[in-house]
Amino acid sequence: MEQKAITFTIDGVEIKGSPGQTIMQAADEAGVYIPRLCYLKDLTPHGSCRICTVMVNGRSQAACTQPITEGMVVENNTDALDEHRRNIVDMLFVEGNHYCMFCEKSGNCELQAMAYRLGICAPKYPYLFPQSNVDASHPDILIDRNRCILCGRCVIASRDVDGKNVFEFVGRGPEKRIAVNAEAKLSDTDIDVTDKAAQVCPVGAIIKKRVGFAVPIGERLYDKEPIGSDIESKKNK
Amino acid sequence: MEKPKLATTSLAGCFGCHMSFLDIDERILKLVELVQFDKSPIDDIKEFTGQCLVGLVEGGCANEENVHVLQKFRKNCDILISVGDCAINGGIPAMRNDLSIKECFEEAYLNGPSVYNPSGVLPDDKELPLLLDKVYPCHEVVKIDYHLPGCPPSADTLWEALVALLTNKPLELPYELIKYD
Repeated sequence: MEQKAITFTIDGVEIKGSPGQTIMQAADEAGVYIPRLCYLKDLTPHGSCRICTVMVNGRSQAACTQPITEGMVVENNTDALDEHRRNIVDMLFVEGNHYCMFCEKSGNCELQAMAYRLGICAPKYPYLFPQSNVDASHPDILIDRNRCILCGRCVIASRDVDGKNVFEFVGRGPEKRIAVNAEAKLSDTDIDVTDKAAQVCPVGAIIKKRVGFAVPIGERLYDKEPIGSDIESKKNK
Repeated sequence: MEKPKLATTSLAGCFGCHMSFLDIDERILKLVELVQFDKSPIDDIKEFTGQCLVGLVEGGCANEENVHVLQKFRKNCDILISVGDCAINGGIPAMRNDLSIKECFEEAYLNGPSVYNPSGVLPDDKELPLLLDKVYPCHEVVKIDYHLPGCPPSADTLWEALVALLTNKPLELPYELIKYD
């Protein structure tokens, strides 16, 4: 038996989704971009970054985890929510050591692209310059924890897709970091460069060796078009 | 009417932002119609000759001299702009921020792979500005009015921003001109 479509609105525009979908899934299909950092299609949503916060019937909810219901009123593109998103991105920049000028991920980085999209020229909070480290022990992959935004994509991908449980979070609060399931180093785990976990990092924290700077400046993912343009272009078709 | 004045300086930067500024090429002829250069490495004027409308600051604050120059710029410029990633977040010099000053000195003057210093003396002349405990972005030292990110910001970014400010137009940069690399 076919289930009935669910109708709701985002910023006053009527959207149709199917039962069981989250706001994010229905919005993506309809060509409405809700900004996100930790959410990635095909991975179990983690709901940790809070960039995708939208107002649902007047209350804030994470669009990546909240299921759609009939007649729900969602606000996404508002000044208040953009300000909230800007604050989170500002905090992510000052809590890490994000040196875009020499980062291999620059131009293809989702955090950087989100800051561009939100028009951030400088974060409003004081820089923390935390102590962090790099694990380059693996022959094909390296972890630079300076750049990690604790989105959890690698944890989920390694657990659910690769079935390897290579990554996990350890510590709490400012001590929280990504750890590997081995005595000490990434090279002691069974991660492979073809694993999903090695492809999903939104920033330059988990990168493949010997492929950096392959695409020239001006032709990278977010050089000309803001992040989310691919989803928004669906709507115009 | 007298032309407004423009001052520029490089603190803990590499002069790359000034190089990028020169990349405005022939537009510099239009710029001198709009402004008169004051204290700046471009005309080599060492001290302020009066109040400036716009000050461009490249580089963050790594030593006490950087702080003094920055404070002078704040005092003498109506609009102060952080130009480039070093001014905005410390940039490459800020990579020393998770090391102590002692470790930095030992690496630079005693233990570094290319160091030849048989006497083991560390620079300690009162003429030399003291290093700060870490490298600070300019807006953590004085109030900054605008930030132009980039390493360096492109000539177009600098040009658009300056022309907007000098012709009393709102400073609205298009997507392609806000870049962090």
